[in-house]
Amino acid sequence: MTDTPLLLVRDVTKRFGGRIACCDVSFDLWPGEVLGIVGESGSGKTTLLNCLAGRMTPDGGSVAYDSASSGLVDVHPLSEARRRLLTRTEWGFVNQDAREGLRMGVSAGANIGERLMAIGARHYGEIRQTATDWLGRVEIELDRLDDRPTAFSGGMRQRLQIARNLVSQPRLVFMDEPTGGLDVSVQARILDLLRGLVANLNLSAVLVTHDLGVARLLTHRLMVMQGGRVVEAGLTDQVLDDPQHAYTQMLVASILPV
Amino acid sequence: MSPVLRVSGLTKSFIVHAQGDLALPVLRDVALAISPGECVALVGPSGAGKSTLLRCLYGNYRVDSGSIQIHHGSARVELAGAEPRVTLDIRRRTLGFVSQFLRVIPRVPAVDIVAEPAIRLGAAEAEARRRAEFLLGMLGIPPRLWSLPPATFSGGEQQRVNIARSLIVDYPILLLDEPTASLDAANCNGVVELIRQRRDAGAAIVGIFHDTAVRDAVSTRILDVVPPRFPPGAPVGVQP
Amino acid sequence: MPDVSIQDEAYNYAYLDEQTKRMIRRAILKAVAVPGYQVPFGGREMPLPYGWGTGGIQVTAAIIGRDDTLKVIDQGADDTTNAVSIRRFFAKVADVATTTRTEDATIIQTRHRVPETPLSEGQILVFQVPIPEPLRMLEPRETETRTLHALSEYGVMQVSLYESIARHGRIAKTYNYPVLVNGRYIMSPSPIPKFDNPKLDRNPALQLYGAGREKRIYAVPPYTPVKSLDFDDHPFEIETWKESCSLCGSSESFLDEMIVDDSGKRLFLCSDTDWCQDRQEKQRVDAAK
Repeated sequence: MTDTPLLLVRDVTKRFGGRIACCDVSFDLWPGEVLGIVGESGSGKTTLLNCLAGRMTPDGGSVAYDSASSGLVDVHPLSEARRRLLTRTEWGFVNQDAREGLRMGVSAGANIGERLMAIGARHYGEIRQTATDWLGRVEIELDRLDDRPTAFSGGMRQRLQIARNLVSQPRLVFMDEPTGGLDVSVQARILDLLRGLVANLNLSAVLVTHDLGVARLLTHRLMVMQGGRVVEAGLTDQVLDDPQHAYTQMLVASILPV
Repeated sequence: MSPVLRVSGLTKSFIVHAQGDLALPVLRDVALAISPGECVALVGPSGAGKSTLLRCLYGNYRVDSGSIQIHHGSARVELAGAEPRVTLDIRRRTLGFVSQFLRVIPRVPAVDIVAEPAIRLGAAEAEARRRAEFLLGMLGIPPRLWSLPPATFSGGEQQRVNIARSLIVDYPILLLDEPTASLDAANCNGVVELIRQRRDAGAAIVGIFHDTAVRDAVSTRILDVVPPRFPPGAPVGVQP
Repeated sequence: MPDVSIQDEAYNYAYLDEQTKRMIRRAILKAVAVPGYQVPFGGREMPLPYGWGTGGIQVTAAIIGRDDTLKVIDQGADDTTNAVSIRRFFAKVADVATTTRTEDATIIQTRHRVPETPLSEGQILVFQVPIPEPLRMLEPRETETRTLHALSEYGVMQVSLYESIARHGRIAKTYNYPVLVNGRYIMSPSPIPKFDNPKLDRNPALQLYGAGREKRIYAVPPYTPVKSLDFDDHPFEIETWKESCSLCGSSESFLDEMIVDDSGKRLFLCSDTDWCQDRQEKQRVDAAK
């Protein structure tokens, strides 16, 4: 076990006008850990994720990241240039709606290759080879390399978005409902894929979901949010099997048995 | 031999908020110490808290108070209230658990489910698969099922996949929750044999065995688990 | 061509008022100081429509003086309507001599070509630019393209070239081919053929680019490195022709293809009329000897 967390989050607070979106959220994320943030719609999960990923500036608190390139950095005071460099090299962000995370007007290969080109790759053949490899790893037929994502199904788009993010071998990936809005069979495939990739690449991840089944399958730890506050946190199976807070008990009791 | 698992003052109750914060005390002041080569069978009436105790020992249930000290690597680590990553590390290397039910992972073949804990500990994939196939074979799972996801397996088959997954790593401490429930006699014997091998090789085992024959075959001593309300206030965890 | 005329006293010298010219000169100075960077300026309404060279005319008006000699070309030709009109406009409002000879001009305003005759120190090439933002077709948001420039985040430009190779087997872009100026800013060279891109690199003349509709000025100072973007395994290449010019026989200039009769007979001609005539002239002189 290492002694340095990858992400140190302290008292992160974000308001929209008078309304509190998330309040005093603190936690450490350790290398190789997958943290789930669960809660119903409007509980502040996505706002928190955006604050963590540097997409939104919190009104209070701090997010520090132990970067491979320059050690511990405070994410929000970073210059925009450095923050954006971080987000396209050491981080990934998987949107719920793949259309937001993909360039719909260019081919799958270009989508995967963009991060490589952004950090200086200038050999077409090599970029294409890497893109092909990743297409295979996310189980998309290799002959779809030159097709645009507009011609892809929802599940394929989501897998393409995952490949586009992971091609730069990030250490930390933020995911916002990565299986939301997909058929259960398609979900299962993506969950299985993510499970494998997270384990094999030793990724750390913060995953927002309202699906406790997804949380159980993918995460090591859970934070349960209600009204912008973390009401319960702990090991995923602890929180789900022995929920302490009234809200968590209600959430767990609301799962439909199959 | 010094105990590898030492429990003291373990108290656990459930608070049901949906029912006016109803408190259900389950365990009170449980004490237990277990050394390598021992197999302790938890005995008590249904609802006495045997499963709850086992889950507390695995860190699956949180305890109200008390201590669960585990010999982990070369250190003694407190499991009660431990950080998630500490608990996970203990589970990865020291603590194995066989539950009654297999949590099926969609699309993953049985052999990979079994091999996974070994691979996580650094075993080569091919080697881990070989051991997984060996265990599945010993537990009577026909080879044609190895490459299938166990979602469609029978209850007994799933149970055996689960046992194989928990035994592929030589955990120093094993927690067994009805490992032979829903198994026929032949498969039951295979499981009993595997558990005895582990025990004799120095694993410390705590288990719930409904089948008295199985219990007699594997356990070295009995721990009575008494429901805390019958009689009220009585300590549980009476030594045999 | 003695096109010199008396300045029309109804207008300020060179049409624009002095404050406007100062403002444009400040923008030009900034553009020269930061090669390839698009400097916003307060573009004025000009007596011709957008798309006809309003940006180029404002730049020319801001830098022109009585001792300048102006050449104006449109797609390489001195005798098209647009070129003739702009030349006459400045003859009238700025009292300058005009010429069609590249080497005689001090200012050359151009649409869509760089002259074939090599330019020299002291000359200024003014480009008319329709869309100054090279990233526009890839990223429609101005706030975002400015950020991409500011942070040198040019992956998306390379993506478009990748896409071209994936689709066509080679980089199919033949004009307005994006360049990297001085190793820093990606720049649109205006819709010149990529044939002209190598002429931008380390050119002794000053290059000024004016976009009237978008109100942007940018510049490439003399001898500034200008690199056409490409891939290591798909290097930048210019067009070549199997044919040569039907009039002067040139095989080293940019050729226009023309269909000259109803049976579809094709003819290839130099796009740069001055260059072509110059060569024909020399051939006549040589033949006479």
